Amino acid sequence: MHTITVTPDEVKKIGKLANLKLQSDEVTLFAEQFTKTIEVVNHLNEIDTEKVDVTYQVNGLSNVTRADEIDMGRVLPQETALREAKKTHNGFFVVERLIDSDAEELI
Amino acid sequence: MKQLHELTIKEVLDGYQNKDFTCVDLVKHFLARIEKYNSKLNIYIALNEKVLEEAAAIDKEIIEKGITRPLQGIPFAIKDNFLTKGIVTTASSNILKDYQPQYESTVIEKIKAAGAIILGKTNMDSFAHGSSTETSDFGATLNPWNIDKLPGGSSGGSAAAIAAQLATVALGSETAGSIRQPAAWCGVTGLKPTYGRASRYGIVAMGSSLDSPGPIGRSVEDCAIVTEIISGKDSKDATTSPSLVEKYTENLYAPDLRGVRIGIVKEYLLAEMREDVKNLILDAANKLRLLGATVEEVSMMDPRFAIGVYTVIQRSEVSSNLARYDGIRFGHDRDTFCDETKRRIMLGTYTLSAGYYDAFYKKAQAVRTKIVNEFDEIFKTYDAVIGAVSPGPALSVGASKNQPMFGEMEDVLVEPSSIAGLTSVGLPCGFVDNLPIGLQVTSNQLKEGTAIKIADCFQRHTEFQLFPDLEKTV
Amino acid sequence: MKATPLIGLEVHVELETKSKMFCGCPADHFGKEPNTQTCPVCLGLPGALPVPNEKAIESCMKIGLALNCHINTLSKFDRKQYFYPDLAKGYQISQYDEPFCSDGFVLLDSGKRIGIERVHMEEDTGKLQHVVLEGKKVSLVDYNRSGVPLVEIVSRPDLSSSTEAKEYLKKVHEIIRAIDVSSADMEKGQMRLEPTVNVCLENESGIHYTPLAEIKNINSFNFASQAIDFEVKRQTEEFENTGVEKSATNKTTRGYDSIKKTTFLQRTKEEAKDYRYFPEPDIPPFIIENELIEKLKGGLPQLPDQVIASLTDLGIDPKYAKIIYGSDEALVIINKYKNDKEIDIGKLASLLANKKIDVSSNIKEEYQKATQKGNTNLNELRDVVEKIVADNPNIVAEYKKGKTNVAGFFVGQAMKETKGQADPQTLNQIISDLLNQQ
Repeated sequence: MHTITVTPDEVKKIGKLANLKLQSDEVTLFAEQFTKTIEVVNHLNEIDTEKVDVTYQVNGLSNVTRADEIDMGRVLPQETALREAKKTHNGFFVVERLIDSDAEELI
Repeated sequence: MKQLHELTIKEVLDGYQNKDFTCVDLVKHFLARIEKYNSKLNIYIALNEKVLEEAAAIDKEIIEKGITRPLQGIPFAIKDNFLTKGIVTTASSNILKDYQPQYESTVIEKIKAAGAIILGKTNMDSFAHGSSTETSDFGATLNPWNIDKLPGGSSGGSAAAIAAQLATVALGSETAGSIRQPAAWCGVTGLKPTYGRASRYGIVAMGSSLDSPGPIGRSVEDCAIVTEIISGKDSKDATTSPSLVEKYTENLYAPDLRGVRIGIVKEYLLAEMREDVKNLILDAANKLRLLGATVEEVSMMDPRFAIGVYTVIQRSEVSSNLARYDGIRFGHDRDTFCDETKRRIMLGTYTLSAGYYDAFYKKAQAVRTKIVNEFDEIFKTYDAVIGAVSPGPALSVGASKNQPMFGEMEDVLVEPSSIAGLTSVGLPCGFVDNLPIGLQVTSNQLKEGTAIKIADCFQRHTEFQLFPDLEKTV
Repeated sequence: MKATPLIGLEVHVELETKSKMFCGCPADHFGKEPNTQTCPVCLGLPGALPVPNEKAIESCMKIGLALNCHINTLSKFDRKQYFYPDLAKGYQISQYDEPFCSDGFVLLDSGKRIGIERVHMEEDTGKLQHVVLEGKKVSLVDYNRSGVPLVEIVSRPDLSSSTEAKEYLKKVHEIIRAIDVSSADMEKGQMRLEPTVNVCLENESGIHYTPLAEIKNINSFNFASQAIDFEVKRQTEEFENTGVEKSATNKTTRGYDSIKKTTFLQRTKEEAKDYRYFPEPDIPPFIIENELIEKLKGGLPQLPDQVIASLTDLGIDPKYAKIIYGSDEALVIINKYKNDKEIDIGKLASLLANKKIDVSSNIKEEYQKATQKGNTNLNELRDVVEKIVADNPNIVAEYKKGKTNVAGFFVGQAMKETKGQADPQTLNQIISDLLNQQ
């Protein structure tokens, strides 16, 4: 069982993946805390799970679907859909465009 | 004569029937108590502005047609992760601090259809991330037994609402301990239904494969009544069980427990557990024997392994479930998350990220299978297993600060049953340091009736279900 | 240096179900007012949960079967996680390692097999529009399209040219339309294409592979073909200049400029995407029974290549068979008369294909008219013509003066006399011979 140390660099990468802005002191704190947490979690490796299937659904259900029907009862009127948003315009939600974001796609 | 806030569901309905008081009377009574005690205890974070209107409508209905619905005019405290139309829903997070839901949770629809009235929304750990209610962005809730102590969490507000008698019954939700643990720390009764027994549609998601909505109340009986009503397959939640909902209330009032086999889990009597707490559990076991049950020691996997499983699965699911909070369609932006939430999102993202998925998430789901299988084996022989809910009584305010794994550690005794999706009743079984201690009665999936029968019988033959005198404690 | 393009195609098909993939909102979103067809589920509101559309799943499996795929016994949905404003939940429900269908193929006309890696189910995102509002650069988001069912068809990189790619796309397009799961209207965005291209280069130092490039935003087969051609050339040249080979981390995403007919680098920083896939906990897994697979197979109509093969089996020339396949009317006619002993089906097909038959009138008559030789009895016809020529000396005079088109008058009269039975060619010959003799 190897020990994993989570580095501040890894924490920064995770912060980006998680779309969270982290202050530098948070980065250091998280790195310490994760390392401790991972130590606890690593105990899992003491258990032999070679012949064991992974549980995806604890209550054993499968093949749950719904019929292809329109459910107008749940469709929200436009104003209700937009009501809780900070910024809307002519029926659209408005988002600031981040030009130098990795996710920028040109249309 | 009992005061209005001391009445059970049945007693309220009888009271309405006999015209001893009206729904408006009862609601006004609770509102006065809330006015008096809530600012100190910080139980309710929002009240239903239309409650008196709704109570008046109930009274009119009762006059015209009598009592026709099982929860008619019953005042509820609702944990603030249930989406309620017309009442703000925040999950105790600043990110949702003014969110007015555009739809309602299935469970709320069900209790309303049964006639229930909502008094207000109760405080919780922010996004249900915790076992103390201290991570709430709106301040901690205090334990009505002792205001230097925490009520437990994440349904701390709902449990405290019952202990402080600020509602007849409450709704909470459990991912791993969040119903049973605050019920234990507040000395009240809570029921965690089988995963999938009641719909998660309209409840702010935490651990998708674990979350189970359920009642917290004054008695096993009240919990059984509510569980019957909230249970059932929901076409809007693909993980709900198609099993018919039994009449759980038929398991109440069993004269004894002859023929019932109960296992007391050796490993749940943790080495570091206080002797006085252990003794309460052993006393409970004896009491069950006196009631006719066979109670034997059973051995299970060290519950500490469940901590690893639970931490990984829950945090992974949390990191994903909270991705939708981006401030575009509702709420504020992601900077508004509290520290605990940020921490959990970060760890979950880490355990799912490339290179770690196999080592953590997949491994956890495999150990999960082992836990599930182990319970399956045990339940071939036993109807239920028992143990303490929590390693000790309520901890002091501040205990959870800077403890990155506070919740997961505190919930060690209830994590295995949650991971396996089982059902469990948590109810008081004594006091240490003038603080309540909770017993868990855990049965196999879809065996709520069995757990209810045992817990109810124990409760009727003991006198541990007490309530603090707020004049003294607050 | 020998260069072999390696082309893989990813095709997304928007299914024409009534409702969306995971909720009951209407799926038909084209041209609707923004954000008028959303619900808590597809809007990603707190507490909402997905429930999969049965018909969409069956359509996905039908597509898989039509593409000769194996339908997997066990499959499930997974969450694909990334942040983007058009992705309401912050993750897309898709399929990762256990898709509904895998290991199929499409046969090109040349007989070459193009492998299909997988056919899986996922949900569409909302739509973004980049505008300037109050002087600020913003994006407007419409979630009507969020949650609409998408089937993703991923080919193996078995295509070796833009021509093959185009043929593959056309065949896939026809198949989708034939099994009636989508109109696959490219202009409406119901079928979207993403080629992934690299080149295998052989020179004295051995075999080398250029880095992969995924090309996005292509909405026609022609553009796909042009983009591929450009990209192959660009990659070959770049390798000659830099010698950089394909690695696990240098795959790029490129856009296509249809005016300049070039591709351009779309992302400045390229990090391997970490989508943190994990099984969707809100949707139980699927165990697909043979019964369902057989039922779906049985319900499939004949696929284009099968129909075309059945036409050529009848003796129809392949080039006509393709045209006939493209017309519902023509197919009906062929099927009606294929066993008719008085009709040469090959000839009928050629007449239909060349539009030499009026399909609104009696087909058999039309056929006979078009194929009959008519009366070619020279003596009979000469007698008729001689009489008409004798009766019309002034018209003959016109002809002699140079107005040769008046010969048509004699043709018309002769046809009248013979009640249309005269063979036009023979008649023409007789008339012009006789007139020239005058």
